Amino acid sequence: MRLEPISNPTLARRVVPPAVAIAASFLIAALLAMIAGGNPFQVFGLIIQGALGSKFAILETLNRATPLIFTGLAVAVAFRAKLWNIGAEAQLYMGAVVTVVLGTGAVAWPAGLLLPLIVVVAVLAGGILLLVPAVLKTRLGVDEVVTTLLFNFIFLLFVSYLLEGPLKDPMGMGWPKSARLVSEARLPRIVDGLRLHWGFGLALIAAAAIWVIDRFTTLGFEMRAVGQNAEAARFAGIPVNPVILKTALLSGGLAAMAGFSEVAGLKGSLTQDLSPGYGYTGIVVAMLALLHPLGVVVAALFVAAIFVGADSMSRAAGVPTYLADIMLATALLLTVLAILITKFRVRRD
Amino acid sequence: MDVIEILMSASFWAAAIRIASPLIFATLGELVCERAGVLNLGIEGIMVAGAFAGWIAVWAGLPLWGGVGVAMVAGMGFGALHGVLSVLFGLSQHVVGVGITLLATSLTFYTYRVALPEVSTPPKIEAFQVYEIPILSKIPVIGPALFAQTPLTYLAFGLAGALAWGLYRTPLGLAIRAVGESPASVAAQGLSVAALRMGAVIFGSGLMAVGGAFLTMSAFDSFFFDMVNGRGWICIALVVFGAWRPGKALLGAILFAAFDAFQIRLQQTGIGAHVPYQIFLMMPYILSILALVLMSRRASVPAALMVPFNKGER
Repeated sequence: MRLEPISNPTLARRVVPPAVAIAASFLIAALLAMIAGGNPFQVFGLIIQGALGSKFAILETLNRATPLIFTGLAVAVAFRAKLWNIGAEAQLYMGAVVTVVLGTGAVAWPAGLLLPLIVVVAVLAGGILLLVPAVLKTRLGVDEVVTTLLFNFIFLLFVSYLLEGPLKDPMGMGWPKSARLVSEARLPRIVDGLRLHWGFGLALIAAAAIWVIDRFTTLGFEMRAVGQNAEAARFAGIPVNPVILKTALLSGGLAAMAGFSEVAGLKGSLTQDLSPGYGYTGIVVAMLALLHPLGVVVAALFVAAIFVGADSMSRAAGVPTYLADIMLATALLLTVLAILITKFRVRRD
Repeated sequence: MDVIEILMSASFWAAAIRIASPLIFATLGELVCERAGVLNLGIEGIMVAGAFAGWIAVWAGLPLWGGVGVAMVAGMGFGALHGVLSVLFGLSQHVVGVGITLLATSLTFYTYRVALPEVSTPPKIEAFQVYEIPILSKIPVIGPALFAQTPLTYLAFGLAGALAWGLYRTPLGLAIRAVGESPASVAAQGLSVAALRMGAVIFGSGLMAVGGAFLTMSAFDSFFFDMVNGRGWICIALVVFGAWRPGKALLGAILFAAFDAFQIRLQQTGIGAHVPYQIFLMMPYILSILALVLMSRRASVPAALMVPFNKGER
């Protein structure tokens, strides 16, 4: 078989394949739910109800979407420049560690100064954590996929060490968890009485900011140019390696914001299980969003709804929550295929 | 127990070879894929799927070698999916690989929960037993290390030899290496680039799954969720470290495993009491990164690695 580019795809060509991809991933999930002994209509009903059925459910979905917007943006920014950052998980924990180090009483500043300080340091630290693999890539040609992946394991062990050593809560009854943040380091709620913190607001602002950078600044243009064709970009006089390093700082910083927002907004302290793989799920979010910063918000809400819904569905219908992960993995694979089909015709020879 | 004593003990080398075995299978699998020009990041998930498939098949009543076969077929299934998306459709190998890992892992965990609901400790199987090769296993140090292992370990070593021969001494091996260097010239020879790459990815993925199955069927006798724990990613580093050659990859895996066995023993010495155990657990991952950095200058990457081939395009 052979792929032929389509110069002027029709509207149907551009819309139908992605729709079929999403539908197919639902269909596969329905099939798997039936194998597990569930009624697919009931299962999906429970997922939707669990994600959107009540005020509590909607707030839970928004809270769950918050870290995913940050990690999704981190991945989207990096992937656009063809910097394959699979290490958002480690960068997220870096942000969380910085938040705990600065926010548990070490710096006695008022909230108006302390929170910006934590954000700046967390973003820098997360960026630097990705800078190492990025430098190895630009200087030595070491594939960043493997190094960022390995960094995840190393950094999680480091967090485990911190939580059993220097950062361990003396009042924690022996549990590996950090002390609680002082109240000045906590992100306030957006509306009093509603369980939704400002992390969500920051995530939306970040998405808008990335969109502006991408659309209206030289850096955004350079990042896209490097991603589309590094050789051509170099020929056009774009400093390719510095652009990759700037992308790394931005991407790592965004992922670190996810850790900051989870600790300062939601949990109030750091534990080993702060993130159930938000860094990896960020890849799915970014791909579903076609790497568009505003699309990331929509995709993160969709993914969060499926996760929150699947949790409550699992309790009610007895179908394992891993159904949500399968749905997202199939959606990821089928969407990239669908996007290809919108642009190419498959010919048999 | 001090360092010299560790290095001289037969049990240390036996452990090193045991730890190396799953890495050898998976590294060789990845090597075949990459020699044909396909980076297979599905490796981590495929190992999880293989570990589970082999174990559950034996638990359900199949003989041990039947379980290995089931694991291999499961791995080949995911390999076929990877091949269709990355070879036939030429999609980004990074995205497809990560997607396959997510899919294989979640599908495995889902199947586990469906097959064994309400189980707190997974059931055990009768795993592969050590088979001592007569006479040879009586050689001091080397004997217990190399010739008192389970049959799967012998298979891993045999496989490395067979692959070295296959890749460098047969027409098919030449075609596979060529398709990873210059697919256009392979197509000009009248061979199918797609078929060669598909075959390599499917076969390689089968080997990765057997590597996973080694964990549940030989190293241990049960399945745990975090069993593979990054071994797949380490194998990708080992392929680079081995400069894409089966023999060097085998040595790399053994060297790496020896280091891993060494750090486990070091934890029990006086040094272990002063250093946090997490530092020891980090060593394999740090070592992998160091290996990548060290080899980066010298490594001979297949020229067409990660470059999709679309017939008729120039």
